[in-house]
Order: sequence, then structure tokens, then C-alpha cells
Amino acid sequence: MYSLIVFLPLLGAVIAGLLSLSNRDRAAEIVTVSGLLLSLLFSIIAFANVAIGGQPETVNLARWISSGSFVANWSLRFDTLTAVMLIVVTGVSSMVHIYSIGYMSHDNARARFMAYLSLFTFAMLMLITADNLVQMFFGWEGVGVASYLLIGFWYKKDSAHSAAMKAFVVNRVGDFGFALGILAVYALFGSVQFDVIFAQSSVIAATDINFLGYRLPALEVAGILLFIGAMGKSAQLGLHTWLPDAMEGPTPVSALIHAATMVTAGVFMICRLSPMLEYAPFALDVITIVGALTAIFAATVGMTQFDIKRVIAYSTCSQLGYMFFAAGVSAYPAAMFHLTTHAFFKALLFLGAGSVIHALSDEQDLRNMGGIWKKVPVTYAMMWIGSLALAGFPFFAGYYSKDMILEAAYAAQSGVGSMAFWLGCLAAFLTAFYSWRLLIMAFHGAPRASAQVMSHVHESPKVMTLPLLVLAIGAVFAGWLGYELFVGHDMKQFWGASIFILPTNTAMEDAHHVPTWVKLLPIVLASSGVALAVLFYAYWTSMPARIAAIFRPIYLLFYNKWYFDELYDTIFVRPAVRFGAYLWQRGDRDTIDGFGPDGMSAFIYRLSGMCSRVQTGFVFHYAFAMLIGVVVLVSWYYLRFKGA
Amino acid sequence: MIDNWPILSIVTFLPLAGVLFLLLIKGDEKALAQNSRFVAMWVSGFTFLVSLPLLIGFDSSLTGYQFEEKGVWLAGTGIGYHMGVDGISMPFVLLSTLLTPLSILASWRAITHRVREYMIAFLVLETMMIGMFVSLDMLMFYLFFEAVLIPMFLIIGIWGGPRRVYAAFKFFLYTLLGSVLMLVCMLAMYIDAGTTDIPALTAHQFAEPMQTWLFLGFLASFAVKVPMWPVHTWLPDAHVEAPTAGSMILAGVLLKMGGYGFLRFSLPMFPLASEFFAPLIFTLSIIAVIYTSLVALAQSDMKKMIAYSSVAHMGFVTIGIFTMTEQGIAGAMFQMISHGLVSAALFFSVGVVYDRLHTREISAYGGVAAVMPRYAVFFMFMMLASVGLPGTSGFVGEMLVLVGAWHASSWVAFFTATGLVLGATYMLWLYRRVMFGAIVNDQVKAMEPMQMREFSIFLPLTFLVLLFGVYPMALLDVMAVSIQFVLDGLSASGLSLLAAN
Repeated sequence: MYSLIVFLPLLGAVIAGLLSLSNRDRAAEIVTVSGLLLSLLFSIIAFANVAIGGQPETVNLARWISSGSFVANWSLRFDTLTAVMLIVVTGVSSMVHIYSIGYMSHDNARARFMAYLSLFTFAMLMLITADNLVQMFFGWEGVGVASYLLIGFWYKKDSAHSAAMKAFVVNRVGDFGFALGILAVYALFGSVQFDVIFAQSSVIAATDINFLGYRLPALEVAGILLFIGAMGKSAQLGLHTWLPDAMEGPTPVSALIHAATMVTAGVFMICRLSPMLEYAPFALDVITIVGALTAIFAATVGMTQFDIKRVIAYSTCSQLGYMFFAAGVSAYPAAMFHLTTHAFFKALLFLGAGSVIHALSDEQDLRNMGGIWKKVPVTYAMMWIGSLALAGFPFFAGYYSKDMILEAAYAAQSGVGSMAFWLGCLAAFLTAFYSWRLLIMAFHGAPRASAQVMSHVHESPKVMTLPLLVLAIGAVFAGWLGYELFVGHDMKQFWGASIFILPTNTAMEDAHHVPTWVKLLPIVLASSGVALAVLFYAYWTSMPARIAAIFRPIYLLFYNKWYFDELYDTIFVRPAVRFGAYLWQRGDRDTIDGFGPDGMSAFIYRLSGMCSRVQTGFVFHYAFAMLIGVVVLVSWYYLRFKGA
Repeated sequence: MIDNWPILSIVTFLPLAGVLFLLLIKGDEKALAQNSRFVAMWVSGFTFLVSLPLLIGFDSSLTGYQFEEKGVWLAGTGIGYHMGVDGISMPFVLLSTLLTPLSILASWRAITHRVREYMIAFLVLETMMIGMFVSLDMLMFYLFFEAVLIPMFLIIGIWGGPRRVYAAFKFFLYTLLGSVLMLVCMLAMYIDAGTTDIPALTAHQFAEPMQTWLFLGFLASFAVKVPMWPVHTWLPDAHVEAPTAGSMILAGVLLKMGGYGFLRFSLPMFPLASEFFAPLIFTLSIIAVIYTSLVALAQSDMKKMIAYSSVAHMGFVTIGIFTMTEQGIAGAMFQMISHGLVSAALFFSVGVVYDRLHTREISAYGGVAAVMPRYAVFFMFMMLASVGLPGTSGFVGEMLVLVGAWHASSWVAFFTATGLVLGATYMLWLYRRVMFGAIVNDQVKAMEPMQMREFSIFLPLTFLVLLFGVYPMALLDVMAVSIQFVLDGLSASGLSLLAAN
């Protein structure tokens, strides 16, 4: 039955793919949605058995790759960590499937779209149920391809397919690290199997590995290489550039892949590897630093963007940073907790944004919105819930999980922990600010859309608002419900062996006993962020522009996303193309061919030309040549024998 | 009873029998052309069926050669007629017998003049390819190895594009130069060992200094065939000028001759020299991976880009072989078979649109996905297999090669793995420019959808690429024992590299 969770979506994808050939959209929708709902049902049962009941299970399917001692099998691992992800993935995915029926109703390739969505879900499920690194890599690249296909779904649009390609290539840079990480792990442990790796980590921790000519602590190298993979998939600072562009895909895709599930794969991977990473303190510090920097960086950019989806995308990037620094201070349960609550409220925000875009005839620019809240009351309410949860207001989901992360960072009592705590607090302030900036600009004030667009503004159909309601319930209650299980006093029993924390890393326990001001600070900051946004965008509307003018360089830096795209374009993309052309012209054509076949044949051609010129046909030329020959011959004999 | 049949000889020479049949066909030009197509199709299809018992009857637990045939050829000289297959050569025989009928099917409409001669060339080519893989006598191997050149030379030179003569000569010059050096080495080996029997030569110990020279002589020939950097420049020209089916066979089978040669001759017969020169091979291969990937980025011709990508992929193969580890060699073998299927399908993909628009310029296309959606699916799949997506055959080979490469040195693995990023870049860029975007060229709008014939070429290739991606053991199990045999031979000669294991 557990295998069905994974393979039902695949079956749905294949059938929908075949149906798309004959444009039977409705049938494809029914097949994929029912596949997903069944998968969700089984996932809930699996969660009850595995996580609540404490009975992990591994299902062996078949041999995959086996060469000598290198063995990677197809097998599905169900432990608490997997079970939590199962609920997140199948839950959000089934809601997104249903929502898509309404959202894509005007599209003429719906069957293809549904097939891609289900294919993505399958790959994601393979990723989270993997019991070895290579199968995880299968799911990892599989979700990458599905994401590529879905970002480029409207492939006639140049911006869409260029964003799709960018997503794939940037992810491949991360996967480069992941692949090397797998190699390092195999070299160290002689296996890619999680059980074997985890059992030996404490022993291997003491050894060194030879990496690129340096002798380095073994697990630190493996951990950082694998983390590079996580950075790509989870859009962490440096490899984040694809995520905002990925918003070119249809909005349900952004909700499912680029908010709730795929981008959290990196966090999942780090938590999955906790038994190994616990023995790699330096790698954990790196994770903390990168996470904290991403949290603040993305928040600063999100503050200045005008595309509604991009604002939420940067927000996702920032929230993923929180999850990473939580994992970095060994608070894996807190990271997973935030991953879960975030999946609900961020999917809600995206689908809500999609509903807004849908209502405004595909308008995405916040500057052309406003004044619609009375016309789309359900969407408006949903966006409020999502924003409250995101900003971490009491009793909404984000309140429990985000505060837990900040408290754990504070409780870590380390340099990087404190840095993460302070940057996280600042980011919390910015998060509240940009969330209410978005709310006000999208729904309030005078309408800025054209009269024609405004006349079409309508609430979305039930098939779209219903999934929103389900997610909203999650966004309100997930934190409250999950708190005791995920990070409460009995959390060790809940997580079982799926998460391992060294007894000396006590951030998770100490987080419950931090000073009161640490508990209060995030909520104070969030409230002031909201207040500032309301002040700037509802009352003192000339202020943002004026501040932007005063701090123009800083504003431009934020607005242009810290110039990462331009930087990469200048140092990687354009030189690569130019260098390629150079190698082709100068290397292949001029040097290799020039001295090789072409040069050789030209030389022989010239040589034979010279030879043929000698054959003039005049007798006296030949006679002269013969005479010279005789002279040379005689002289040679003479000199030779005279000398002897 | 069937056990006693000389099945390898039958598979090898059946296409030649078809040639005789083709010569007998008479009729006006049109009927002649059509009949030739059908005869060639039937003969090569039948050859494929006859080769299947090799797969079914193969016992992958046995060391040594199977389906062996020995006959007297030049009595008393140590030169004989000897055929047989092991886990290394058997997959290549099937690859050849599979790709030949598919290539003939691919030329159904594209070739319109001198069809009979074209089909003869293909059937002769098939005999030579199979003969090369099943020969267990060095002289026979050499004859087949060289004779492969002739039909391919003609296919490019007669049915090729505008610069076909230049390309054919370049192809011939490069490969011949290498072959001459190899022949000299073979003579030396014959004088030293007194036999040309390959199993006997494998058991023979060549003195260390001699191994060095022999290795270099064989390298000259195999490196050109692979092709390794810097003797790769014939390949893009040959591919660009060759007809679609020619490219399919060239990339699908002929490039594997070099890799096969390394595994059959260099590693088992010159183990000490192989170990000594492994760093050189790594260096050249890494340059191939990075250099040709970058060059591929700069191409505006579809076929040229895929040709350069072949050089990069074959770089993985040579790295894998010379890691001298089980995973490295298995990965290299797997990569060769996988590349045989994928590159044939990719060149065919180019052929499909070339038959419609008669240009290979990438800029002439754009938005093809909207006109030919089913073709877009196959092309996409093969493109992803080419970039090594897990679940396709392309991944397994690359992964295993990387595992082996890390064993040799983390530097080798590091540079080889850059191919993952670069490969994805140029392939995705190619696909994007050809298939996606708005249609700018009006001729693209008029492109007809995929035909049944084209569909039936893609389908078996897609099936195998997927099968080997999901269940690679189908192939790995076949090869494992033979690879172990090669490794045992290496460790018997006391290599320090293996001692370090």
C-alpha cells in the first residue's frame, strides 16, 4: 500500500500524458486528481502508522545500479521524516491539482499540465522516500525536470522558456556539488545507503579525505558538497537566481513547486542527513551562515519588488533561509516544523495571488492593482490569513514555527547562532513589512487598473476557493496542532531515529527556556513592520518614493536584486559563450586543423606543386640536372674515400 | 542443435548475402530503389533477429568467450579464423544489429539517388562492424576494423552534403594515419608472441618497454576513433556532411570501436603501459569534456553541436576505462551503449526536421514544439537522456564513471563532473532555440507532423533508454564477469594503482 502513495501519481501522469495526445482534458483532470487524492489518503494512513504509531518501514522494490561494491537499489523508506513530508507533498499537491482545474480552465493544454503536475509529485515522493543518496538524486533531478517543464509550460513565451532553462542549469550547478558529495560519501563509507552511512558516521568523523590535493576532515567535505546541492534546489544565496524567474510558470506551479515542496527538498535533505552532519560542525556552521544571509538578503529584495509573485518568491527564499539556519544550529525538528507550516501558508499566499491575478485578467504588477478587496472577499480573507501566518502573529502557524527557530538560534549560544538570531529578527521585521505592503497595494487604495479590467474583476470559482480554504485551515491550525508533536517535550519519541541530535547540541531543548524578551522580540518587530507598511502605503503614500530617492544607491541595490544576475552574466555566461567560440575558431580550426589535416594536405599540395614545376619538358633542363647529379655523386665518393 | 550453429559467422555475413541479393535486382530506377529499400530492410531486420540468440543464450556467469568458432585460415602461421563474444563485445553486436535496420528506415525518404548502392554500402558496413566486434584474431580484427572505413567513406563522400569530399578525406586521413601505426604494432606483437590469437595474446606477457610503444601505437588508432581531443576535428565535419543514417551509425557504433579497442587490447595486453599513461588519458579526456562542451555552446549548426557533444560524452568513456576500477569500466561500457542509443536518436531527431526544412541552422527553427508535439516529446526525452537525467540510461554510465574517477583522483572526478553542468547548458539551449518560442519562420508552420515510420524509429530507442535507465542491471549483469576478468588481468600484473585498493 505504501508503494501506491508513490506510484499512483506516476500512473496518473502517464495516463494524463497519453490523454493529452488526444486533448481529452477533462479525463486527464479526473485521473490525476483522483490519483492524488488516493495518494493523500494513503499518506495520512502512513503518517498515522509510521509517525504517530512509531513503526518505520522500508519497502524494497528492485535492484537499480549495482557494480562491484557500489549498490543503489530502488527502495522506499518510510520513517517519521518521510511521513511528515508525505503529508506536506500529497496534501499541497492534491489541493493544487484541484485548484488548477479552475485556474487553467482557459488553457488548451490542460491535460499536459496535469500530467506534469503529477509527474512532479511522483518525483518529489521518490525524493522523500529514498533510502539511499542515489535514489534521492533521482528524485532530486526528477523534480528539477518537472519544474523545468512547468516553468516553461507556456513555451511560446520567450521569458518562460529562458526562465525554465535558467532554473535547470543553476540547479545543475548545485547538483554538481550533490554528485561530488555522493562520490565522497561512497569513498568514505563504501556505501550510499543511509543506514550504513548513519551507523558509521561517528567513526568516519575522525578520518580525513583527500579532496583536490588537500587533506580535509572527511565529513565536513562530504557535508558541504551535499549542501551545495541543497543550496541549488532550495535557492540559497548564490544559487537563488533561478527562483524569482521561475515565477514565469503558471501560478499553481509556483505554489506547489516553488513554495511548498520542491524548494524545501534541500532542507529535507539536511534533516535526513542529520546523523551524518551532527559530526560535521563546520559544515553546520556554513549552513547556518548561508541560511541567515539568505533570510535577510531575500527580505531586502522582496521589499522593493512590484511583481506580486516575485515578492512572494523572495519571501519563500527568505523563509527557506530560516529553515536552513535552524538545521545549522541542530534544531532539525524546528526546521521541519517551519517547513510544514510554511508549505500551507505559502501555498495559500501563492494560490491567493493567483486568484488575484486571475481576477485582474492576468495582471501581476502591484502598481496596477488596488481597490479590489470588496470584489474578491474570499481571496482577500485568504491573503490576510496567509500574511498573518507568514509574519508570525500569535496563534497562526508561522508564530509557532518561526519563533521556535529564532529561539533555537538564540539558544545555540554560538557566534553563528547569534548572527542567525539577529539577522532572523531583522528579516522578521522586513517580512511583516513587505507582506502588508503587498496586501495594501493589491487590495486597497484607489483602483489603478484600467476601467475595462476593473469591470471584469470577479471572485474565483469554487474549485479554486475551496483548496484555498483547506490550506487556510492548515495555515491557521498547523502550528497549534503540530507544536507538541514536532518540537514539544516528547518530540524525541515522535521523530524516532529519523532525526539524530548529538547530546551536546542542546539548542532544541534550551529553546524552551530562553529569556522572555527573546520570545517577545519577533512579535514586536513583526507588529512594527506591519505598522510601518500601513503608514507608508495607506496613509503617507509619498514616503516610500521619497525614501527610495534619499537612499538611492541602497534602493537600487535591493531593487536590482543585488545585481546577482548581471554579475553571473558577466563572469560566467558571456565568457563561456565567447570562450567556446574562441576555442572553436582558434583551437579547432586554426591550431588543430591548421597544423593537422589541413596544414598537412596544404603542405603536400605545395610540395607536389614544386615537384611538378621541375618537370618542365625541356631536354637541357634535364641534362643540366643530370650534370649536377653527377658532380654531387663524384664529389661525395671522392670526399668519402679520400677522408677514409 | 542450435548450439552447434556458427551463429556469429551467420550474423556477421548475413548482410553480405543480402548484398549479393541486391546486386541481382533489376528494373527501372524507381522500382529498383524501392526494392532495394525493402531488401535492405528485410535483411538487416532478419540479421537483428538472428543476433537475438546471442543475448538469450549468453551465460553471464561465465568467464571467457562464448559462441566460439575456430577455423583454419592460414595454417601453421598462428593466424586463424576465430570468433567469439564476451560480456564486453556482445552488447556492441546487438547495438550494431539494432541500429542498422533503424538507420535504413531513417534513410527511406531522404536518399533518392543510387539507392541500391547506398543500401549495399550499409549492409557491407554492418558486416564489417559486427565482424570487428566478434573477431578473436588480431588480423581479422584489423581487417574488419579498417574495412569499416570504406563503406562509411563512401556514404559520406557520395550521399553527403555540399562539403562531403573534404569531410570524407579528413575522416579517411585521420583514421588511416592511426591505423598504420597500429598495424606496425600488430606486426611487432605477432613477431614477439608468434600468434595473432587474441586470447593467447592476452595471456602473453609483453616486456615493459615494448608495452609502451605498443600502447602508443594502438592509442594513435583508438584515440582517433573515440575521438579524443585533439584528434577529434574530423568528427564534426564528418557528421555535418554525412546523411542522417550515416551519422546515426557513425555516432552509434563507429565511435565505440575506440573504446572497445582499449578494453580488448590496451588494458589486457599492455597493463603496465596503460597504468603509466592513464594520467595522460585523463588529461586529454578532461580537456575533451570541457573544451568540446564549450565549443558546442558556440555552434549554430544542430548536427555540429551534437557531434561536439559526442566528443564530450566519449571523454567520460575514456576516463572510465582508464580508472581501471570496476565501476569506471562498467560505467564506460554503459555510457558507450547508452550513447549509442541516445546519439543515434539525437542525430535522427535532427534528420526529422532536416527532411522537412532542409537546413540544420538552429536559427531557421524556433517554435517547432507547437507544430510537432509528439516529436517534441521524443526529442525532449533524448535531450534529457543526453544530459544524464537519472531514470534514463545516460545517468547510469556517468554516475559509475564518476565513482571510478573519484577513486583515481578527486581532481579527475571534479573536472569530469563539470560536464554535468556544461552538457545541460548546450543541450537545453539547443532544444530551446529549436523547439520553443514563437514561430518566426513561416516554413516551420508548414512542417508536417511525425510519420509512423519516424515514430517506429524513436520507439525502440526510447524504450531501451528508459529500460536501461530504470533497470540497468539488464546490461550491467551481462558485463560484470568480463570486466572482472580484465581487472583480474590487471592486478595479476601487479599494478600499484590496484594494489592501493
